[in-house]
Amino acid sequence: MTAPRKQRMAIVGFIVAGSAIAIGLVLFALNEGINVFYTPTEVAQGVVPTGQNFRIGGMVKTGSLKTGELEGTLVEFMATDCAEDIPVTFTGVLPDLFREGQGVVADGFIDSNGIFQASQILAKHDENYMSAESVAAMEASGATCDP
Amino acid sequence: MIPELGNFSLILAFCLASLLVIIPMAGAITNNQLWMSLSRPLSTGIWVFMALSFACLAYAFLNDDFSVNYVARNSNSLLPDRYKFAAVWGGHEGSLLLWVLILACWSYAVSLFSKNLPMDILARVLSVMGIIIVAFLLFMLLTSNPFERTLLNTPLDGGDLNPLLQDFGLIVHPPFLYMGYVGFSVAFAFAIAALLSGRLDAAWARWTRPWTNAAWAFLSIGIALGSWWAYYELGWGGWWFWDPVENVSFMPWLVGTALIHSLAVTEKRGVFKSWTVLLAIAAFSLSLLGAFIVRSGVLTSVHAFAVDPERGMVLLTIMLIVIGSSLLLYAIRAPVVKGSASYTLTSREVFLLINNIILVVATAAVLLGTLYPLIHEAIYGEANRVSIGPPYFNTVFVPLMGLLAFVLGIGTFSRWKRTSVAYLKQQLSKILIASLAFGIIIPVIVTSEFNISAIVAVVLALWIVFSIAKDIFDKTSNKETFIKGLKALSLSYLGMQFAHFGMAVTILGVCLTSHYSVERDVRLAPGESEIIGSYEFVFEGATLQQGPNYQADRAVIQVLRNGEDYITLEPEKRLYFATGAVQTEAGIDVGLFRDLFTALGDERGDGSWVVRIHYKPFVLWIWLGALFMAFGGVLAITDKRYRSKKIISDSKETTKVKANRSTKPELVAQS
Repeated sequence: MTAPRKQRMAIVGFIVAGSAIAIGLVLFALNEGINVFYTPTEVAQGVVPTGQNFRIGGMVKTGSLKTGELEGTLVEFMATDCAEDIPVTFTGVLPDLFREGQGVVADGFIDSNGIFQASQILAKHDENYMSAESVAAMEASGATCDP
Repeated sequence: MIPELGNFSLILAFCLASLLVIIPMAGAITNNQLWMSLSRPLSTGIWVFMALSFACLAYAFLNDDFSVNYVARNSNSLLPDRYKFAAVWGGHEGSLLLWVLILACWSYAVSLFSKNLPMDILARVLSVMGIIIVAFLLFMLLTSNPFERTLLNTPLDGGDLNPLLQDFGLIVHPPFLYMGYVGFSVAFAFAIAALLSGRLDAAWARWTRPWTNAAWAFLSIGIALGSWWAYYELGWGGWWFWDPVENVSFMPWLVGTALIHSLAVTEKRGVFKSWTVLLAIAAFSLSLLGAFIVRSGVLTSVHAFAVDPERGMVLLTIMLIVIGSSLLLYAIRAPVVKGSASYTLTSREVFLLINNIILVVATAAVLLGTLYPLIHEAIYGEANRVSIGPPYFNTVFVPLMGLLAFVLGIGTFSRWKRTSVAYLKQQLSKILIASLAFGIIIPVIVTSEFNISAIVAVVLALWIVFSIAKDIFDKTSNKETFIKGLKALSLSYLGMQFAHFGMAVTILGVCLTSHYSVERDVRLAPGESEIIGSYEFVFEGATLQQGPNYQADRAVIQVLRNGEDYITLEPEKRLYFATGAVQTEAGIDVGLFRDLFTALGDERGDGSWVVRIHYKPFVLWIWLGALFMAFGGVLAITDKRYRSKKIISDSKETTKVKANRSTKPELVAQS
């Protein structure tokens, strides 16, 4: 092979190797890092397998929040889309704007007792802001929480 | 009256920018000197009117002129003056004004520091920048004018600045960040000008380099400030969340880093020209993508401005036109420019190419992760939402950066054209052994545990530091004293080493704080305490305090070290009157080797609170490294090489001498 051709082949080789590593990493990581979003109704219908990580969105049901009476930093509340309620437990610090009757998004999984174990409650940064996920959940259920 | 003056200067700036697009460009095509020479005064004029317009908006904020819509929405009479000023860029319209002002600053700077530039190149560069100014001013005047008024029913008081933004961070973070990613417009304009004129040579690379370095240095500081701000303000104890808007500021930085390295090859060796041009286009395109994502609200994020699909569409159009036409121009003109110099597989050219591939792959992975939720939604419909979390980004990004750090060490010793493998082995074997030995022993002794990820990080950081040290000692060994040798080194070389050292510091900061942080979220009643290592955190209860425009629950946390009084931390939870928003203020004791981080969670009855108590080793190093990198970039700009032509030929001779000297050990090693 002539020098310039060898040079070009080497560069192509690097690029191919680089992209192969990258694609491999990306596919592996997408598998790990992707969180599918489900609404409380979908969860109640049993769409999500137990133990699988996902993201739930909805509202914190009014009157369902328990904090002070529980041990340590444990929190319990109901995530609702006004059609179905899913019990959620979480250990740790709640975001500043976490309130009853307002939108909530949580990452976690459903345990064998049908309780959503949240590893993270997402913070919202504007009191008017309802996350897109919460809005989608409300719209999907078509129900309203007003008595 | 003043806001109208601001609006009027905005329109004048728009008119001047339109002239800047047409006249100098036409002059460059028809070779009309007079028309081309108008580019300088026009850029100056745009800058003057943009500054005037900005000053008018600032005046409106400082004087509580709530008849201006934008002021009414983003300020409040109770707001302290420094935040009233910073609130100028606290919302969509004003931050766009800052964006364009900074763009005007950059083009004014180009017109000032361009004595050595041929007139036709300067005319084209400033014209291209004019196009971007015109597009953004048009966008601002039509959809987001900050000077719009409500003359009837003027509100008595403003709606207040988002409490999250009422912080020192707002004063410094956006200007630096914008200086950074708007700064890449200069490299972009130079690239387009080079494609238009067909003169894509070493001189082009030399003109572009200082501007790219400057933008990159600003962006490094801007991103670091943002990360630091998030760390102490959001109260989560994290410093990077792979939030879409963090990602869109990070991608131009990654591509900008690749561009800096690729420009070095193009200037010194005249190869990779088309690739370098493509990177220059990509860096600025990613900045535009950032503007689009932040301001259109297509991705929910901490930073998103008020969601407005119409604005998003206009920005998307601007972005697609700029990117599309520059790529089209690239497709037509780039194949003409070809490199001729040859190099072998283990030359500096190839190591820099590997650097570029890694950085571009990393950018692509971040881009994919950022846009994936959008793509998924487009394919599967709105009900099927997904989110991409930090695990994805960490899994892809961390190994790539590890690889980059490894190549960095080898690249330091590689020479242009060809470097024998034996020479590299001889240079690197001791460094490899030393970094492995110290990298394994130090973490194990200090922490008495075997954490493989932390060890890899320390080994890589030492690998970089030892390579830098050895290279500097080698290069100074021919002078009588080390200091004399150091003085003989070029500033751009020292800048490079500073920036690389910064990378090692950041790697250490990121990895050590990730692996050795102790994070406790505990519920404490007054008098109770939590112990982490030799520190005891005693919670002494929270009391209600009054601030200028908020009231706060302020906790007193007495920290004892080895049983003795050390410091009192006072994290707060603030309630802002105007908006009713709640905001956490962390209480942090900053140290070079560790931070003590405390933040107040929620009250859980009987005076007990959930408190975040984190012990974060080396967290400061993350931002310290970024400072080193930025300083390296600035140092490289001050290199004499960029000043005049005469000195350039001198420095070429010195590199020749250096190259001759360096071939000697190579021959020895081969024989």
